[in-house]
Amino acid sequence: MMRRALLLLPPLLWLLLLVAAPVAILAGIALSESAAGVPPFRPPFTFDAGWQGTLEPLRSLVADQYYLDAFLRSLLVAFATAACCLALAYPMALGIAASPARWQMPLASLVLLPFWTGFLPRLGAWIGLLRDGGWVNRLLQAAGLTSGPLPLLYTEGAMLLGMVHAYLPFAVLPLAATLLRRDRTVEEAAADLGARPWRVFCTVTLPLSLPGALAAFLLVFIPAAGEFVIPELLGPPEAMLVGRALWVEFFQNRDWPLAAALALALLALLVLPISLFQRLSGRRAP
Amino acid sequence: MAEPLLRLEGVTRRFGATLALDGLSLDVMPGEFLALLGGSGSGKSTLLRIVAGFEPADAGRVLLQGRDITGLPPHARPVSLVFQSYALFPHLSVFDNVAYGLRREGVARGEIARRVAEALALVGLTGLERRRPAQLSGGQRQRVALVRSLVKRPPLLLLDEPLAALDAGLRERTGLELRALQRATGAGFVMVTHDQGEALALADRVAVMEGGRLAQLGSPQALYERPATRHVATFLGAANILEGRLEADGAVTCASGCRLRPAPPALAILGPPGAAAAFALRPERIRLLAGAPPAENGIAARVKDLAYRGDGWMLVVALPGGGEWRVALPAGASPPAPGATVSLAWAAESLVPLAA
Amino acid sequence: MRWFPGGMGSRIGLVLGLGFLWLPILLLVGYAFSADRIPFQWGGLSLRWFRALAANDRMLEAAWLSLRIAAGAATLAVLLGGLTGWALARFGRFRGRALFGLLAGAPLVLPEVVTGLSLLLLFVVLQGAAEAAFGWAPGRGAGTVLLAHATLGLAYVAVVVQARLAGLDPALEEAAADLGAGPFAVFRTVTLPLIAPALAAGWLLAFTLSLDDVVVASFVSGPAGTTLPMLVFSQLRMGLTPEINALAAMVLGLAALLAGAAALILGRNGRVGDSAG
Repeated sequence: MMRRALLLLPPLLWLLLLVAAPVAILAGIALSESAAGVPPFRPPFTFDAGWQGTLEPLRSLVADQYYLDAFLRSLLVAFATAACCLALAYPMALGIAASPARWQMPLASLVLLPFWTGFLPRLGAWIGLLRDGGWVNRLLQAAGLTSGPLPLLYTEGAMLLGMVHAYLPFAVLPLAATLLRRDRTVEEAAADLGARPWRVFCTVTLPLSLPGALAAFLLVFIPAAGEFVIPELLGPPEAMLVGRALWVEFFQNRDWPLAAALALALLALLVLPISLFQRLSGRRAP
Repeated sequence: MAEPLLRLEGVTRRFGATLALDGLSLDVMPGEFLALLGGSGSGKSTLLRIVAGFEPADAGRVLLQGRDITGLPPHARPVSLVFQSYALFPHLSVFDNVAYGLRREGVARGEIARRVAEALALVGLTGLERRRPAQLSGGQRQRVALVRSLVKRPPLLLLDEPLAALDAGLRERTGLELRALQRATGAGFVMVTHDQGEALALADRVAVMEGGRLAQLGSPQALYERPATRHVATFLGAANILEGRLEADGAVTCASGCRLRPAPPALAILGPPGAAAAFALRPERIRLLAGAPPAENGIAARVKDLAYRGDGWMLVVALPGGGEWRVALPAGASPPAPGATVSLAWAAESLVPLAA
Repeated sequence: MRWFPGGMGSRIGLVLGLGFLWLPILLLVGYAFSADRIPFQWGGLSLRWFRALAANDRMLEAAWLSLRIAAGAATLAVLLGGLTGWALARFGRFRGRALFGLLAGAPLVLPEVVTGLSLLLLFVVLQGAAEAAFGWAPGRGAGTVLLAHATLGLAYVAVVVQARLAGLDPALEEAAADLGAGPFAVFRTVTLPLIAPALAAGWLLAFTLSLDDVVVASFVSGPAGTTLPMLVFSQLRMGLTPEINALAAMVLGLAALLAGAAALILGRNGRVGDSAG
C-alpha cells in the first residue's frame, strides 16, 4: 500500500501543479485589475495591500453585447458543427459496422488517419480549394454555374466546412464502436416479429445507439465551442467567437484579466455543464 | 489422526454491511478432494480467495501444514489457484505459461524444460508448446491452467468453478480427468462449485455453504442420505419436506394429512412431544402400492403430472391436505395415468429429520 | 442481411464520407509536386518546392525544435500517463481517486484556449516567484511548451492505458502473484507486456498532438521558442504558399508512417475504438 502511494505521487503532483493550479490562478486573475506593466495586471491579493480584486472583468462580459454575441455565436457554430458531423458520421459508422470483420479495422484506420495527418495541413488544403482561383471556383466556372469567382473563403460556410472536416473522425469512432458492440439478435428478433427493415432500424438500432451518438456529439461540441484556429484561418474576420475574442483580448489588447474572465466564462457556461451531464449519463448507460 | 493440510479457524470476512464469511472453521486432510458447494453469495469464492491470499480475513487464521499463512501475500503462499476464467497469460506461449511459476522459483532452465514437458504430457498437450492461449480450445485452455498450477507441485490446489466454462459434454469427462489427476499427484484439492452433481461425483467430502457458514460437511453419500438441514436437503437433489408436530407416542402428524412414524434413532434428534418436526423424504424412497396405503408411513394421493426421465418417471402428486410431492418411479414400472389416485408408502428409515 | 436496412445506403455514406475526408488531403499531396508558384495549380511535375523547403532555415529550425519537444513531451506523457491510467484502473477506491480522475481527465475537455491561457498564467506566476526568490527566472520557450504538451499527452495516455487495463482480466495479475511473482515481477512479466501496445499508441498520440498544436504553444512559448505549427499558422494567415503545401505533404507522409506503425501495434493486440480517446 505504501509503495502504491509512492507511485501515485509523481502524476498527482504533476496534475496539481499543471492542471489544478493554473485553473485556480486563472480564476484569481479574472478577479484582478488590468494595469500597465509586466505582467499587465495587479494581483487581487497581496500580503502588503490585502484584497484589491475587482469584479470588473466579469461584469464587462455581461454588460457588453459584443461578448454575449460571441458566446451565442460559439454555441451556434459548435452545435451546427456537431450536428453536421453526426449526420455524416452515422452512415459512415453503420457502413463500418456492416462491413466484413477483416475490413473493419482498416476502415476505422482510414477514418482516423486524417486526424494523425495534422490539422494545419488540412486547413491549408481548404484554403487552396476555396480561394478565388481555387479548385472549387474553377469547377463551378467550368460547369457554367457562375461566371466570376464566388467569395467562398473567409465565410461562415468555409469555417463550418473546415470544422466538420477537422472533427468528423471524432464523431465516427465512438459511433462505430457502439454499433459494432450491439447485439444483432435484438434486430433479428424485431425482424422476426414482423418489422420491416426501415422499422427495425428506427425502433431498435437507432434508439440503442443513442448513447454512442450523444458521446460523438459531445466529443465534437466541446472542442468546437472553444475553437480558435479554424475560424481564424477560414472564417470571416467579423465572426467573433469566444476563442477568438479571448485571443484578441490577450495578444492584441493585452487585457489579461478580461481574457481570464472569458476563459472562466467558457468553462462555467459550456464545459462544466456538459462534462457534468456526460458524467451523469455515462453512469446510467455505460 | 494426521495433521490437517489446511486448517481454517473462525475465518470472518465482511464487505460493508454483509457478512461474506461468518467465523468459518474447516479442516482439509492431505490428499483429500474437498468440494465447497453453495449458491451465489454463500461465501464459497471468498473463502477460496482468502486461502489464496487475495482477500484478507477480518478475523480468524489460515494454517497450511501447521504454519500460519494468514498474513502472507499470495506470491509467498505455496498454495495455487486455478481461476474460473483460467487467466492464461495471452502474451505467452503454452510453454511459457506453464513455466511461469517455475521461473519465479528460480528453477534451472533444463529442469524447467523437463518438468513442463512432463506436465504437458500428463494432460495430453504435448506438441502444443508454441501455441498461444487464443489458439487453444476451451478444454485445452482448462488443462493448461491446471498444469500451470500443478507443475509447481503445490501441496494444495484451489479450483474456482473449474468446469463451469466447458460444454456440458466435455464437463463430465474433464471432471473424471480432474479426479484422476488429483489421485496421481496426491495433492489436496479444494474445488468451489455451484453444481451439486459435480460435487457429489468428484469430491471425497463436500462442504455445503450457506450465508457464510458451513451448513453441513460430510461424504457425498452422507450428505445425500442424511441432509442435516432443509437447505442441504433441497440443494442436493430433490427432496420432499414433510412438516408436522411430534406426539407423545413418537409418531408425527404431518400437515399434508399423513401419519409418520420415524425410526427410533431419529427420535433422539427431535424435541419433546408437541414440538414441530420436519423430515426430508427422497422421491426415489417412495413406493407405489397396489392396495390401500398403510395407516402410518403411507398416504393416498392424486397424480397431477408425470414426466419421463429416461431412467424412470417422475410423478408430481397432490396430497389431500394440500401440498405436492415428487415421487420417482424406476424405468420398468408402468406409470399411473394423470388424475388417478395412488397409494404411497415408505420405510421408517427413509424419513430424515431436519434441524431447521 | 436482407432484413436490415442500410446495407447499400450506409456503404454509399461511408464512401462519400471517406471521400470528403480524403479528397482535400490527396489533392494537397498531389499539388505539392507541381512546379507552379500558385498552390493548387498544375505547372508540371517538379520537386522545386521541396528543394525550397530544404533551403528554408527558419522552417527547418522550427521543425527540429518541434520534433524534439514532441519526443520529450510524449516520453514524459507515457511515464506519467501510464502511472495515472494504471492507478485509475487497478488501485481500487483509494482516497482522492475522484479528484485524481478529474484532474487527469480535465485536459481532455478544456478548450485549447483555456488550457493555453491558464498554463501561461501559471508560468508567469512561477517566474515572478522565482525572480523574487533568486533574482533570476528561466524564460519561457521550448521548455514551457514541453511541460504543457506533456500535460496534454498525459491525459490521453492515461485514457488509453486505463481502457486497455479495463479490458484485461484482473485475474491475470492475480494468477501471476499466485504462481509466486512478487509485485514488481507481476508488473514486469504480465502488466507491462500487456499494456505495451497501449503505451506505444499513447506515445504516438502524444507525439502527434504536440506536433499539431498551435494554440497552447502560442500562449506558453516565448520569443525563442517558435514551433513549426506556430510558424505554419502565421504563414497560413496570409494564405497558402507552395512551400507550405510541400511541407504538408511531408508531414502527411510522416503521419501516415506513424499511423501505420500504430495500426500495426494496435491491430495485433487491440480493437476498434481503443485509440479513440
